[in-house]
Amino acid sequence: MNKRVNKIQQTKLIDGIEALKKMWEIRIFEEMIQELFSAGELYGTMHLCIGQEATAVGGAGILRQNDWIVSTHRNHGHCIAKGTDIRSMFAEMLGKKTGTNEGKGGSMHIADLDVGNLGSNGIVGAGFPIAAGAALSAQMQGTDQVVLCYAGDGATNEGSFHEALNLASIWQLPVIYLIENNQYGMSSSIKQMVNIDKLSNRAMSYGIEGITIDGNNLTEVSQTVSNAVEKARNGGGPTLIEALTYRHKGHSKSDKLLYRSDDECQQWKENNDPIFRLESELMKEGTLLEADIREIEKTIRQELADIVDSVKLDSEPTIEDLWTHVYAEDEV
Amino acid sequence: MRTITYLQAINEALDEALAQDERVFLLGEDIGIYGGGFGATHGLQEKYGQQRVRDTPISESAITGAAVGAAMTGMRPVMELQFSDFITVAMDQLVNQAAKIHYMYSGKAKVPLVMRTASGSGTGAAAQHSQSLENWMAHIPGLKVIQPTNAYDAKGLLHAAIKDNNPVMFYEHKLLYSTTGNVPEEPYTLPIGVADIKRLGKDVTIVATGIMVNKALEAAEIVKTKGISVEVIDPRTLVPLDKETILTSVEKTKRVIVATEAVKNSGFSAEITSIIAESKISMDLKAPIVRLGGAFVPMPAQKILESKATPQLDSLVEALDQVMGEIEV
Repeated sequence: MNKRVNKIQQTKLIDGIEALKKMWEIRIFEEMIQELFSAGELYGTMHLCIGQEATAVGGAGILRQNDWIVSTHRNHGHCIAKGTDIRSMFAEMLGKKTGTNEGKGGSMHIADLDVGNLGSNGIVGAGFPIAAGAALSAQMQGTDQVVLCYAGDGATNEGSFHEALNLASIWQLPVIYLIENNQYGMSSSIKQMVNIDKLSNRAMSYGIEGITIDGNNLTEVSQTVSNAVEKARNGGGPTLIEALTYRHKGHSKSDKLLYRSDDECQQWKENNDPIFRLESELMKEGTLLEADIREIEKTIRQELADIVDSVKLDSEPTIEDLWTHVYAEDEV
Repeated sequence: MRTITYLQAINEALDEALAQDERVFLLGEDIGIYGGGFGATHGLQEKYGQQRVRDTPISESAITGAAVGAAMTGMRPVMELQFSDFITVAMDQLVNQAAKIHYMYSGKAKVPLVMRTASGSGTGAAAQHSQSLENWMAHIPGLKVIQPTNAYDAKGLLHAAIKDNNPVMFYEHKLLYSTTGNVPEEPYTLPIGVADIKRLGKDVTIVATGIMVNKALEAAEIVKTKGISVEVIDPRTLVPLDKETILTSVEKTKRVIVATEAVKNSGFSAEITSIIAESKISMDLKAPIVRLGGAFVPMPAQKILESKATPQLDSLVEALDQVMGEIEV
């Protein structure tokens, strides 16, 4: 058993202040890349997870470093929570050679295997079987690693979801499928795209446990993921978790948000922002004062701004880099 | 050296690879007790157990994706896709994932998987079980594509594919499984990306892929009686392609026929032809290049129609006469 998981289970599962800092890092990282994009300094695309920080930190944030995550293209939170270097992430977004993928991946493919980040994916639902494969690898190698696979609600309609859950179940693989149900697959409301109340019910068809939770409640997310992790580590097989959440921003940079009401969005922002909810909790229990929190936020803002300034000076890939890494070196 | 079948050569390579490297495991539909759709994994589950010779549900996308995930995290999966036509069902995992990951991650992750699959026509199994889609794969940067045409090549190239750190497509032609050849008993590897000169000649070069190599060798024997000396080049691997061996041969013979079973339109024969056309040698050719390939139709089930859908021995002999100027174009 992982001692860290044991310890945090007795308390808050994850240190509240640390979690808050991580969540702010994620949010500020995304606010800054959005600003960079608006200023014309960032090329490409991005899918922001503002409003979904609790599933990142309560999920990837509680794993061991050698556990794996498989992410989606709404990935920045997952990557940061798993320990991917923020400087390298900024560099990747800004097309620098110092980026996580040396500029070859961009926002949608950020990976960092050294910290257990198996990578983000531009294809909706593609991560389900890949996560099963990584879990199979852990099982066959006799390690006690687990794999946490993130996906969106829309991805549960892909065939790969159903194939992978079945595979994970028959082989009892140490994998946790965490569905971030942010209510929309691009512009399509989940209510119109599936005819069941809970996506977690789909687990039943494969003989695995399915749970629906409040995805904006950090403690609930981390507790549920932690239980699933413990079960997976002990040979108990996969779990499907549906975390209800909401993305404050559009699907991607070009989204005009024509498919949802301002009122709906406002409700989630005002009453159900995972960061503000954690802040109130920490203030209520007397762990932090409002002033402490604003100081935390300010410090992170400054740190990240300094990072961006320094990343801007990094070199870009050379034309020769176009041709490298198409194939891996021949011999083992 | 003993003589064994192409199928036995593949079985033997898998057996040896499983024995040599703990990280190697097999997965696919019906590869356990059944021994694989064509018998390539016969007896291996009995020997290595259900963990390392792993039967899967009918889920091509999941099998391929699981192989990708396992390969990225330290294993060396060898998956069997029963019929190469079913690649279409696994296309995302192969094309968007396996082929892209090493590049997208700037070399920080490798995907050492082998996808073994049975391709080609000649069994009457019709349009969804008889295609030669290797052209598709040869078009995707990041994948290696191998087409062994005899038992010796099959064993050596399969060992090489399993040792390779990239996703490798390994196309086995169904009609080749029962063909026999001399194969060493011990494990050996053949280099990926090196063409084989299957027959030396001086008048015409036939560049043939897959089962067309065997037909080219037969045709060469037939025209030998007329005094035509045919060189047969088998690229063996479509990607990476050994252009040099092909160009050297054409420079010598100055006459070329390219033969593939795959549909001719937009196919691999166009690639080989273009490589020749783009080289200086094209100026010295004594005859226009002749391309033989599958008819642009889905594969029919009926025997006569099926045989007409791919180049046969007579069309090769005719093409040889054509490039030698014995028949008017």
